[in-house]
Amino acid sequence: MLLIPCPWCGPREEAEFHYGGQAHVAYPDDPAALSDEEWARYLFFRDNPKGVFAERWSHSAGCRRWFNALRDTATNEIHAVYRVGEPRPVTS
Amino acid sequence: MRRASGGRIDRSRTLRFTFDGHEYTGHPGDTLASALLAAGVRRVATSVKLGRPRGVFSAGSEEPSAVVQIEAPFPEPMLPATTVELYDGLAASSLPGRGRLAAEPDPARYDAVHAHCDVLVVGAGPAGLAAARAAAAGGARVILADERPEPGGSLLGTGESVDGLPGAAWAAATVAELAELPDVTVLPRTTVFGYYDDNYLIAVERRTNHLGAAAPAHVSRERVWRIRARRVVLATGAHERPIAFAGNDLPGVMLAGAARAYAHRYGVLPGRRAVVFTAHDSAYAAALDLAEAGVEVAAVVDVRGGTRDAGGARPAPGAEWAARARARGIELLAGHVVTGAHGDGEVSSVTVAARDDVPGERPAGAGGRSFEADLLLVSGGWNPVVHLFSQSGGTLRHDDALGTLVPDASRQAVEVAGAARGVLTLAGCLADGTGAGARATSGAAARVPEAAAEPEPAGEPYWVVPAADHSAHFVDLQRDVTVADLRRAVGAGLRSVEHVKRYTTAGTAHDQGKTSGLLASAVVAEALGVPVAELGVTTFRAPYLPVAFATLAGRDRGALHDPVRVTALHEWHVAAGALFENVGQWKRPWYYPRPGEDMEAAVLRECRAAREGVAAMDASTLGKIDVVGADAGEFLDRLYTNLMSTLKVGAVRYGVMCRPDGMVFDDGTVVRLADDHFLVTTTTGNAAAVLDWMEEWLQTEWPSLRVHCTSVTEQWATVALVGPRSREVLAGLAPGLAVGADDFPFMTWREAEVAGIPARVCRISFSGELAYEINVTSWDGLRLWTSIMDLGVVTPYGTETMHVLRAEKGYPIVGQDIDGTVTPQDLGMAWVVSKKKPDFVGKRSHARADTARPDRKQLVGLLPEDPGLLLPEGAHLVAADVLPEPPVPMLGHVTSSYRSAALGRTFALALVKGGHGRIGERLYAPVGGTLAPVTVTSHVLYDPEGARRDG
Amino acid sequence: MAERRSPAAAFAGRFAAASEGGALRLAELPFRTQLNLRVDPASPAARDLGDALGAPLPVEPCTAVTAGDVTVAWLGPDEWLVIAPPGHRPELLSKALGDRHGSVVDVSAQRTTLLVGGPRARDLLAHGCALDLHPSVFGPGRCAQTTLARAQVVLLPQADGVHVLVRSSFAAYLAEWLLDAATEYLR
Ligand SMILES: [Zn+2]
Repeated sequence: MLLIPCPWCGPREEAEFHYGGQAHVAYPDDPAALSDEEWARYLFFRDNPKGVFAERWSHSAGCRRWFNALRDTATNEIHAVYRVGEPRPVTS
Repeated sequence: MRRASGGRIDRSRTLRFTFDGHEYTGHPGDTLASALLAAGVRRVATSVKLGRPRGVFSAGSEEPSAVVQIEAPFPEPMLPATTVELYDGLAASSLPGRGRLAAEPDPARYDAVHAHCDVLVVGAGPAGLAAARAAAAGGARVILADERPEPGGSLLGTGESVDGLPGAAWAAATVAELAELPDVTVLPRTTVFGYYDDNYLIAVERRTNHLGAAAPAHVSRERVWRIRARRVVLATGAHERPIAFAGNDLPGVMLAGAARAYAHRYGVLPGRRAVVFTAHDSAYAAALDLAEAGVEVAAVVDVRGGTRDAGGARPAPGAEWAARARARGIELLAGHVVTGAHGDGEVSSVTVAARDDVPGERPAGAGGRSFEADLLLVSGGWNPVVHLFSQSGGTLRHDDALGTLVPDASRQAVEVAGAARGVLTLAGCLADGTGAGARATSGAAARVPEAAAEPEPAGEPYWVVPAADHSAHFVDLQRDVTVADLRRAVGAGLRSVEHVKRYTTAGTAHDQGKTSGLLASAVVAEALGVPVAELGVTTFRAPYLPVAFATLAGRDRGALHDPVRVTALHEWHVAAGALFENVGQWKRPWYYPRPGEDMEAAVLRECRAAREGVAAMDASTLGKIDVVGADAGEFLDRLYTNLMSTLKVGAVRYGVMCRPDGMVFDDGTVVRLADDHFLVTTTTGNAAAVLDWMEEWLQTEWPSLRVHCTSVTEQWATVALVGPRSREVLAGLAPGLAVGADDFPFMTWREAEVAGIPARVCRISFSGELAYEINVTSWDGLRLWTSIMDLGVVTPYGTETMHVLRAEKGYPIVGQDIDGTVTPQDLGMAWVVSKKKPDFVGKRSHARADTARPDRKQLVGLLPEDPGLLLPEGAHLVAADVLPEPPVPMLGHVTSSYRSAALGRTFALALVKGGHGRIGERLYAPVGGTLAPVTVTSHVLYDPEGARRDG
Repeated sequence: MAERRSPAAAFAGRFAAASEGGALRLAELPFRTQLNLRVDPASPAARDLGDALGAPLPVEPCTAVTAGDVTVAWLGPDEWLVIAPPGHRPELLSKALGDRHGSVVDVSAQRTTLLVGGPRARDLLAHGCALDLHPSVFGPGRCAQTTLARAQVVLLPQADGVHVLVRSSFAAYLAEWLLDAATEYLR
């Protein structure tokens, strides 16, 4: 059970959160202008790194805010959390 | 044999127990193992594979051998006799390897609790007590957990003193002091069995097991502790490790430290005449203590030293320890090994040979000696208990001097103290623990409890006594795995300890190889010709000890197994004898059988009432979301496939939401309450998901939209009033409301007083009949419903009837006919997809080649040619009345299937490949071994013209 | 059936019985006014709403302020729950907000309040709540949205105990759960 630091509420149990997949995958400005392949890339393709991954979480059983986290997928360590709209922090 | 005095037992009280049907006695403070040894019972189990007799091997939870069945007061399989506290009336029996589960339900309570602390100390031996003491002195919130009933750890089994007090007394006094502090929790009989991310540890506290039949029913028998600790100090001690030699599984072969513990802690001598076989100095202390207690120690056989290599590479026994043994008159055979333990069912003699005389160097038996002995004590040195540290993500390091793995580094806030990191003197453990406890809190130096200085014990890593045949050199006593088995596995080509483990089952038993794991690795490493350090050991996984499923389930059983949601009308439904259906966590009335009715009869009656008269359903479970703000219309336009911004205040519109992949996600109605205020309803199961969905888009993609969403699902109770007579019923209840079809048209809503209660009435229908949904605050829900039912003309109906009515109209249900792979077009609902909007979530996907395929599965109706045949939901559909060779091409499957009162026959909905082009075709459904012919129809089977919705 | 009915009304007798021993105090506090308030905390509207309530909207996460008989609990960076005695009218807040961006939604019947008081209250809650409930970190002035026995709740520590605000549909389940958890504390 991870302890995830909600940028608003502080550290809470993982069970209070919903996972939202890779962060910074914006909804395309004009989906109609995309080819089928480009649209499929937006819909279905996500990174799956071993190591630090920028991903989205929602504190669904708490403040219901979406936020981003930099989590090491190999160790589960969360290096940083940041609010929607904030830039991805630089971590060593 | 019980000593005349001594031990941590209460000799003033006698406890009766039975083992294998024989009656014995013991004392409070005994374990089943100590009481059996006191009674001279040596054979306590039979091995699982070979049927060999087995005895007590250890004095703790690492026991690999003395695993017993508890028969009374409550049957429990496979408990180590070394951990079963004796109580009056205990009945146990020996096991042939495997236990038996109880057939009767367990009447005991089990529960769980969350706990938080600055420092969790695991283990109340000298290092753990010192750590807890130092941490508490710094003002920290401390939890101290120890698996034994009494604190002290090794102090209970060695007779050493601390701060001038006997070890056990010092431990008791320290714990008493700690327990006085408000923020210190001392948990005896508590095993921390799992170490997870972010210093989350799970422990099991055995609270009333030791009371037997006297356990109070209102106190949980076992409790799971879920502990979140800022820092953790692991003072988990060390397990003595065995040496493999022929016959090393006979009862009477025992770890040296265990025998010492039986003498000190329980006042029990596990034998009369002992041979001590060791590769480590610590066994000398055991030999000396046992000799002092009255055991005749025939010889100490030490693999180290000896004539041939004396002064050479082979280390010698510790000089101080050797001198003490000799001074006590104990014969010391340095450079010797035990070549065999012999006896009929238990040890009666031990053969010994000079180490350089064993096979491989000289013919077997040359120069050997034989000792009469009923006890053979073994010590290969000590393995730190690194299980929890390893589970924390910690790495282990091979310490060549100790010949074992010790903790190295962990990314978590954890420190290891005492024997758990290879510190083997009492004074060393006390200092180590004190330092760890202080560092875990303020960092302020704390006084180190004092203990007599002893020489640092040392040893030589030594694993297997060579022999011509290793088939009786046991490594895993519980799985009957021998040195020969492990070598055979290597011979078969296995190179990894994990593979050898799975091939031989070594380490997979109840004890998970606590005493045998490193020995097994050493044997495999030797066979492979690599160092143990390089080969490593198998992964340490939770749970450290077996934990009963009942304990893990705790109170999450029966009615409390999962949260149950009920509406404000629930009490009425229960009183009316409704049967309930689970919809998500909701309990919804399924149908209301009258006396003598089965489900079929009840549902047909309820359907008839709704189609021909008037009926009512509790629709409160539908999700409801208030969407408020200047951009609310624009927001809904982006999420729904159809236009919502054009909806007039006072009107209601049905809508469908898709995921970006174009598949239907949810559906429901949208009510426009004001220019900037909509009320959205969702399906029962998706209420939370839809709100999350809205928040996700608002927060992450469209933060500039001026919209707020608030769940009001339980603010409102909703009653669906359905049927051609619903208008007259509503008119009677709401005299102030103009209910005429022109005054109150379809898909509009009105504020009104219904049964004297302020209500919002929507004219919408999920059945095709004239219908209303009446919303009142949930506080008033029961009042409203009772007022309706008290009229005596309205039939209550449940979800089954609702399903039949909607299916007759071809309305699909999200989660039943809609499974995340169908588009609105697949459902025959292209009309709900706006062509005008530039974009909405899912629109782009509706133009993908895949969503335009003509052979997509589409929603159709099915009429079985036998009008009485009810197709099973999930039944597949095939093209011909004879099945071809597999693979059989599947055309689709049945999603909904009912008996229809209105149609006078059965019918079904199905998703069928290219279904919209197959209307009128005959397909076949495999049902009970035959292929039943069905005719494909439109999915709308009842009142396709919509003539009935105005009553 | 002339009376409105609160979600845990059926438990009144068992709550009272469980409160007799003194270790725990269990009760439903029914029909309290609850308003869900959404507004940008930096906006003039937020200030006006604070004035109307008698205390500024708390902006520190997981805190609550009380002014008179009204408590305002932080639910999110632009979301609050206003709790007032039964019968309190929402119009005051709607008027203060006016037609500016924000929302005031009456959710009085959406949740009910279960009082968990008495010396063992926090021990009882710890059976099903993963938050640290130690008085040093979760005393009056704090609030938390979390789960209790897997049901979503808002916890408000108050002078008479912890107020557990639970969705109405979960109230009966949670009441059963609390009474079962209390078994050990009732002797
Ligand atoms: Zn939060």
